[in-house]
Amino acid sequence: MLVKKSGDIGENEITEEKNYLNRRNFIRGGVLAGTAGATAILYRRLAVPAGSSESATEAAFPDRKVDGEELTSYEDITTYNNFYEFSTSKEDVAREARNFIVRPWTVEVGGLVSRPRTFDLNEIVGLGVEERVYRFRCVEAWSMVIPWLGVPLAKLLSLVEPLGKASFVSFQTLFDPRRMPNQQTRVLDWPYTEGLRLDEAMHPLTLLSTGLYGRSLRPQNGAPIRLVVPWKYGFKSIKSIVRIELTDRQPATTWSRYAPEEYGFYSNVNPEVAHPRWSQARERRIGDWGMRETLPFNGYADQVASLYQGMDLRRYF
Amino acid sequence: MTATLGSPGFLRLLLVVNAGIPMLLLGFDTARGQLGTNPPEYLIRTTGMLTLIMLVITLTITPAMRWTSTPALIQVRRLAGLFTFAYAGLHAAAYSWFDKNLDPGLILTDLVRRPFILLGMTAFAILVPLAATSTHGMVRQLGGRNWKRLHRLIYLAAIAGTIHYYLLVRADKRLPLAFGLVIAGLLVWRVRRISRSGRSQSRLVGSDSLQ
Repeated sequence: MLVKKSGDIGENEITEEKNYLNRRNFIRGGVLAGTAGATAILYRRLAVPAGSSESATEAAFPDRKVDGEELTSYEDITTYNNFYEFSTSKEDVAREARNFIVRPWTVEVGGLVSRPRTFDLNEIVGLGVEERVYRFRCVEAWSMVIPWLGVPLAKLLSLVEPLGKASFVSFQTLFDPRRMPNQQTRVLDWPYTEGLRLDEAMHPLTLLSTGLYGRSLRPQNGAPIRLVVPWKYGFKSIKSIVRIELTDRQPATTWSRYAPEEYGFYSNVNPEVAHPRWSQARERRIGDWGMRETLPFNGYADQVASLYQGMDLRRYF
Repeated sequence: MTATLGSPGFLRLLLVVNAGIPMLLLGFDTARGQLGTNPPEYLIRTTGMLTLIMLVITLTITPAMRWTSTPALIQVRRLAGLFTFAYAGLHAAAYSWFDKNLDPGLILTDLVRRPFILLGMTAFAILVPLAATSTHGMVRQLGGRNWKRLHRLIYLAAIAGTIHYYLLVRADKRLPLAFGLVIAGLLVWRVRRISRSGRSQSRLVGSDSLQ
């Protein structure tokens, strides 16, 4: 009987060292390339810089400046937005809001007025739209310069004839979690509400805006109608308004309910009064790398400081 | 398979490539001016996020070593820590430059007045000696025990870093809370292991004394 010797395993059945190493390198290469690809894709998905939207609109606005300051580009204005009803990430709002349908749209104006009335959007536009180039200062210490289109709020309010005891105006954003998907979360107490003193609301600078750069507002900018109060932090300029109510008491507002020590009712731009967590002395104009000094009342002190004569602006921040 | 993928050299390469990719992409984007609408804010935010992610990866390596029985993973822990330090350095530099114009007075004011800046800087300051003592020479010089004790400070940096993040978010606290939860979980795992090994050690000492 023949004993099988180890030599019976054919020479060609033993894996050559060369091939063994090749196989090993192949696996390693694959794992390396695979994880590298996955990391790159993951990074690209998680860190998305805002950008890319039409910018042809700007061509119609050559060299427009306010107090020597350049307009912020249409692309920047429409891709960097705080609008928590759609997303808490400024870069995502434009995408999340792109299918938001804004027609038909009505604004109900009531409360302490002698002629309460529901306005169709077209009626408001029909009151006469003006262009106003304003600085826009966010409470997060960035700012823009925006060519708004809109109707002075005073025009609308005088139509409903505020009663003598009316001293405040409150505003409300649409509440519709199907159309504003982030309202399904409890990030803020919906619907978003804001408020002004009646004299602030009647001030000629205060605008009900329906457009910017000569076009209708995009959803991310508060379509179809929003408030613009240029001497206050941006969150006071409430978006996608469905209701305006005149009252005799200072209305509760969303952010000051959320964190009363951080966001006051007035929220006038004030470099002297810091947000409890960060400074308001300086701001970054979108497009700049560094920061510039923030101006009292966002540069509109000459027009509005008299509204607050004798008030302690540290207390009424 | 373990021999193929678990070798120290390969694991190191794997870590360097994957931890380096975000830095590389961020560099490309910066060079091509594709950082979006608010580039300084984007750079500060992204480097901060990457710091926290690398920190969590660094802290996960020791437990992962036990769970997967891949002792060679220890070889990449130092590298992960150094990448954490590098991203933290970029984050601190971007803040000092773009937000504070490299003005020591402004940075100092921030440190005094803004708790979240103080916490962030504290976390970064903790990482400095850890990075400096990461070489083999320093481990030997300090002695394993002291070195280990010193490097447990990374948990303090992680806690300070997470609170730093939590404090600067305006309303949507979900992500900072998630980081906090993961870091707390890792810390609990560590503490339980240390206390268990401490107990078993004292048992051993006890049995020794019986003999």
